[in-house]
Amino acid sequence: MRKQLRLSGSGGQGVITAAIILAEAAVAEGKQAVQSQSYGPEARGGASKSEVIIDDKQIFHPHVKNPDFVLAMTQKAADKYFSDLNPEGILILDDDLVPNSPDFKNIIRVPITKLAVEKVGKTLFANIVALGVLAKITKLVDFETIKKSVANRVPPATVEQNMLALQIGFDSVE
Amino acid sequence: MSARLMQGNEAVAEGAIAAGVRFFGGYPITPSTEIAEMMAKLLPKVGGTFIQMEDEIASMGVILGASLAGKKVLTASSGPGISLKQELIGYASATEIPAVIVNVQRVGPSTGQPTAPSQGDVMQARWGTHGDHSIIAISPWSVREAFDLTIKSVNYAERFRVPVILLMDEIVGHLRENVELPAENEIEIYPRRAPKISRAEGYEPYAPDEDLVPNIANFGEGYHVHVTGLIHDETGFPVGSPKVTEDSIRRMHEKIERAADEIIEVQQEFMDDAEFAVVAFGGTARTAYEAVLNARAKGLKVGFVRLITIWPFADKIIAQLAKKVRGILVAELNYGQLVGEVQRAANGACLVKLCRKYDMTIFEPEEILASIENLVAEVK
Repeated sequence: MRKQLRLSGSGGQGVITAAIILAEAAVAEGKQAVQSQSYGPEARGGASKSEVIIDDKQIFHPHVKNPDFVLAMTQKAADKYFSDLNPEGILILDDDLVPNSPDFKNIIRVPITKLAVEKVGKTLFANIVALGVLAKITKLVDFETIKKSVANRVPPATVEQNMLALQIGFDSVE
Repeated sequence: MSARLMQGNEAVAEGAIAAGVRFFGGYPITPSTEIAEMMAKLLPKVGGTFIQMEDEIASMGVILGASLAGKKVLTASSGPGISLKQELIGYASATEIPAVIVNVQRVGPSTGQPTAPSQGDVMQARWGTHGDHSIIAISPWSVREAFDLTIKSVNYAERFRVPVILLMDEIVGHLRENVELPAENEIEIYPRRAPKISRAEGYEPYAPDEDLVPNIANFGEGYHVHVTGLIHDETGFPVGSPKVTEDSIRRMHEKIERAADEIIEVQQEFMDDAEFAVVAFGGTARTAYEAVLNARAKGLKVGFVRLITIWPFADKIIAQLAKKVRGILVAELNYGQLVGEVQRAANGACLVKLCRKYDMTIFEPEEILASIENLVAEVK
């Protein structure tokens, strides 16, 4: 069964890294996964978007259409990327960075960046908090698999903090 | 080996190492930079050398020097950098120095749209450098194929002593997907050609072997080798004669032409009952494939033809295709480049239409499907 995700925000927030980790976890569980990305020429601050498709079958066209899940870490991203959401899909917003909810049925607001700052100590961990949130909401991959994928991807000295960030995100939603 | 998530650019670097590349000179440019980053990580582990040069021209020069000294070499860049390398790509062609140039295409001309996908360098790959010259260009559509075709590029460069362009695009370069790489013993490597006779036996570095390719000795291995971009005879020294000029240009073309059937690779799907065909390559072929599946679901008899080898062009295969089907749609992410070659090869045997896009975004399957339906309607 094909599932499509779009992670969006601005350059430097780590949405591409979060998408890569999610795709890596899917592959580790024997699924097919494709991850693509688009971003502006700026090193930081431009619009940034990454898409993941997970399927049992081979994936050809690599771009997401009518995603099942959209994560938006900026107001601009929320306004731009929710419009083609699957009507039964879920829009996940950073509670502080996206003050105005777009007109959509299923919205989950989580203070992702605030949790990263207050409970892990740095905005830098917002993407891993977001990944915990996504793991809980999407149920696409096992949480234990995501943990392993995070540990494999982040610098060794930061594994502990990233595990904390992941757990905080996971526990922040029902 | 189990599957893992790998990026296209990463697969190029892994493929280069597997193919025996031990020297990389480059200068970073989006969307090719990951290749340089990976080579910088991987090469020292296998005793190779990575150099970030002062610019793209020097990057091309340094790999040619390293190749003459016996290393298998690679450089990677994108549009603006590939433009800068053109003079030395011609030099490599004229002097028959094996080298692989990876072009991860982005939107041009000039600096264009640095992070956006395009396939606008099809003609540059063939004719970017001046003069009649021989070249090979191949284009992968998946991460695994990026690995395989990098190896093939290195092998072709070595076997034919010709520059090979690995014509990537941002779609495949930046795409991450499941990959299972082949085991080392499954990979075929073409070794560096070596002199078959000694200096005493009359060795001349540019004397062609039976396959018309010279066995030029590596520098530092006891042979005298003179290398010049001027037209030269078998000794490697320049000669201002019409005959040597003609023979030289002919041989450089014929060494590729006589192996063309082997070099030219085309993937064909759903062709048995096809009345129409979509021709595409690289990342765009992934979308074209979905469009063909959708067209078939609607009852349209459409086949899928993917050019893996771009240059030399698949003249014979396209000519046969044009006789079999009633219409060909060429889908490419540019203003229209490959379509001209398809029309030339089809030679009026069927209708050839272009499905083009050049707005920073990739095709959606629906867009190619709509063009297929227009083609079908136009023929009927």
